[in-house]
Amino acid sequence: MRHTISILVENEFGVLTRIAGLFSGRGFNIESLSVAPTLDPTLSRMTIVTSGDDRIIEQVNKQLNKLIDTIKVIDFTGEDFIEREMALIKVTAEETTRAEILRICDIFRGKIVDVTPKCYTVEVTGSPVKVNAILDLLRPMGIKELVRSGPVVLGRGPKGWKGN
Amino acid sequence: MKLTGSKILLESLLLEGVETIFGYPGGTVINIYDDLMDSSIKHILTRHEQAAVHAADGYARATGKVGVALATSGPGATNTITGIATAYMDSIPMVVITGQVPTGLIGNDAFQEADLIGITRPITKHNYLVKDVKDLARIIKQAFYIARTGRPGPVVIDLPKDVQMAITEFEYPEKVELRGYKPTFGGNVRMIEKAVKMMLAAKKPVLYVGGGATLTDAHAELMALAETLQMPVTTTLMGMASFPKRHPLSLGMLGMHGTYYANMAVTNSDVLIALGARFDDRVTGKISTFAPHAKIIHVDVDPTSIKKNVRVDLPIVGDLRDVLKKMNKKLAEHKDEVVQENEAIKPWLKEIAAWRKDHPMSYKHSKTEIKPQFVIEKLRELSNDDAIVTTEVGQHQMWTAQFFDFTQPRTFLSSGGLGTMGYGLPAALGAQAAFPERQVIDVSGDGSFQMNSQELATLVQYRLPVKIVILNNNFLGMVRQWQQLFFDKRYSQTCMELPIDFTKLAEAYGATGLRATKPEEVEAVIKKAFETPGPVIMEFKVSREENVMPMVPAGAGLNEMVLAS
Ligand SMILES: Cc1ncc(C[n+]2csc(CCOP(=O)(O)OP(=O)(O)O)c2C)c(N)n1
Repeated sequence: MRHTISILVENEFGVLTRIAGLFSGRGFNIESLSVAPTLDPTLSRMTIVTSGDDRIIEQVNKQLNKLIDTIKVIDFTGEDFIEREMALIKVTAEETTRAEILRICDIFRGKIVDVTPKCYTVEVTGSPVKVNAILDLLRPMGIKELVRSGPVVLGRGPKGWKGN
Repeated sequence: MKLTGSKILLESLLLEGVETIFGYPGGTVINIYDDLMDSSIKHILTRHEQAAVHAADGYARATGKVGVALATSGPGATNTITGIATAYMDSIPMVVITGQVPTGLIGNDAFQEADLIGITRPITKHNYLVKDVKDLARIIKQAFYIARTGRPGPVVIDLPKDVQMAITEFEYPEKVELRGYKPTFGGNVRMIEKAVKMMLAAKKPVLYVGGGATLTDAHAELMALAETLQMPVTTTLMGMASFPKRHPLSLGMLGMHGTYYANMAVTNSDVLIALGARFDDRVTGKISTFAPHAKIIHVDVDPTSIKKNVRVDLPIVGDLRDVLKKMNKKLAEHKDEVVQENEAIKPWLKEIAAWRKDHPMSYKHSKTEIKPQFVIEKLRELSNDDAIVTTEVGQHQMWTAQFFDFTQPRTFLSSGGLGTMGYGLPAALGAQAAFPERQVIDVSGDGSFQMNSQELATLVQYRLPVKIVILNNNFLGMVRQWQQLFFDKRYSQTCMELPIDFTKLAEAYGATGLRATKPEEVEAVIKKAFETPGPVIMEFKVSREENVMPMVPAGAGLNEMVLAS
């Protein structure tokens, strides 16, 4: 099962390798990982999407907690949370398809952020499901290049960490 | 007071109570070595950095204190890896300090540069690259705290040369502040109460004791629990000396080369109480047939150990000694139930006694050949009760575990998790450095001995009178045994073709060499060795194709022991 986990870590030298090394060394999956400093610049917040059965996910959580640089781990799976991911999509824009691209973009509240005679670059933000959906619609026009940020998450309401 | 990084390091070590360190000099630690000349810290120069780390490990295991090793950057640092990994697998508190090229050169493939932080990340509890001398005192304080608290383990401090030379105000922090590290000490009281109820209701309980008992010095509390409830005790290799083997409740070791009766007891138990043990595959055999009828209580300070390999019915996270204390206290409130339990458990103890009678730990004696097991039995008979025994890895290690009756805690030092050949001699060196007056014995095979035999020089130089037993079978015996049993006796690369004269080797280093080739010589050689001052090698030419038995074949269940080959 897919799990989305937030990790609050010391913003220290090598902390990203510690986390990534833990996953590779113990054979855990990483589907995506995103990381950036928090409001408190001595801390970083990571979002990791992983998958595995209950026993593996329990180990993932415990092993993450065991790292000295880890301050807190929240597994949002089964919780009410907001999950957002950004994608930049370079899509072939011919005379015949431009209008359609614009329409799709509009439906998904995306933006065209770069235009050349042959292609558009679309910026879209949403849940991974939504990003997948726009990709499905744009694919027939010819996607030339794609980059996704991997999701970041925040708990709804009080669930989460204060101040960071 | 303004000090250089190098002086700050040595001052901080003193403040941590460090008396002895083990190391090897080189370019990037030359400043530290210079300052060592004026320090009261005793430094022991091993002949290899791996040995320095094993010696620090042996020192730590024998004393319970944090062991300290020092090495230069690059090749010195990479030579420490096996030692660090060995300590990591067995949760040994240790701080390893390595030199590093100056910060400005890091990443430039500088002379003797190796990314030690990258290399040791998966084999340390934590590691630090010190980039600013202002952080040094805090990092040392944290390193020692992390190494010895919670589940102990090795911590590496990589110290660039320019940081050693830089000057700053020295102030050793009083407290450690780590937002992300709060080891659990006391176990959850409600869980402990539940565990006590389960134990009181058990008809067929077994205590399964691991290295956690040794690491927390919980032998007295363990004894109290076992005796109060009359529960049989089996230990892992790491838990070995924390419960005396001669005690009537002792079942000896369990697992692959454990006793038949320990494995049968575990298989038939209704409540299995795992204390500071981690259900290693060498212990459990096939997981699906491991203690199939038992409710499992698991006490461990490391939450990741719990439910990693087996299902657990009652987890208790906490320091083992603390948890045992609380259990014993609770039991004192249930005097009547304890009496009932003692009565109810009698048939179980009888059942176990029958298994023990049917298949005791034994071997075929011989009048013509020296049996390795016989040497171990004689060694026990002729050594002091508080003798510290280290081993290398192989058959001799298992025979020591099977036939040496350990009676006191912290007297058996062996590489359990990593299984490192070459561990025993330097570990004995470290233990002897900690206890100059006690008997320290390294039980070795002829293969393992040659992995760190250069440490004979260190023993002689520092007058460390370690007694070395080499059970010489001219084979890499344990691998040969597997080849015999599972590969049709195809002895690929396990025969040590070149016979070595180990007595001459001892003499070359200025130690004493003794040899026995017949059973009747064994006792005299051991006696002579203990009477001889200084390090002694005792070489025993043992029966070459003796096997370690009984045995649970790899992949089989504990109830499928092969009793003789
Ligand atoms: C460093 C290292 N290399 C290889 C092994 C694999 N191994 C395990 S036991 C063994 C044989 C040990 O031979 P010896 O020391 O002569 O002891 P014996 O088994 O004959 O008593 C080997 C090669 C190991 N455990 N450690």
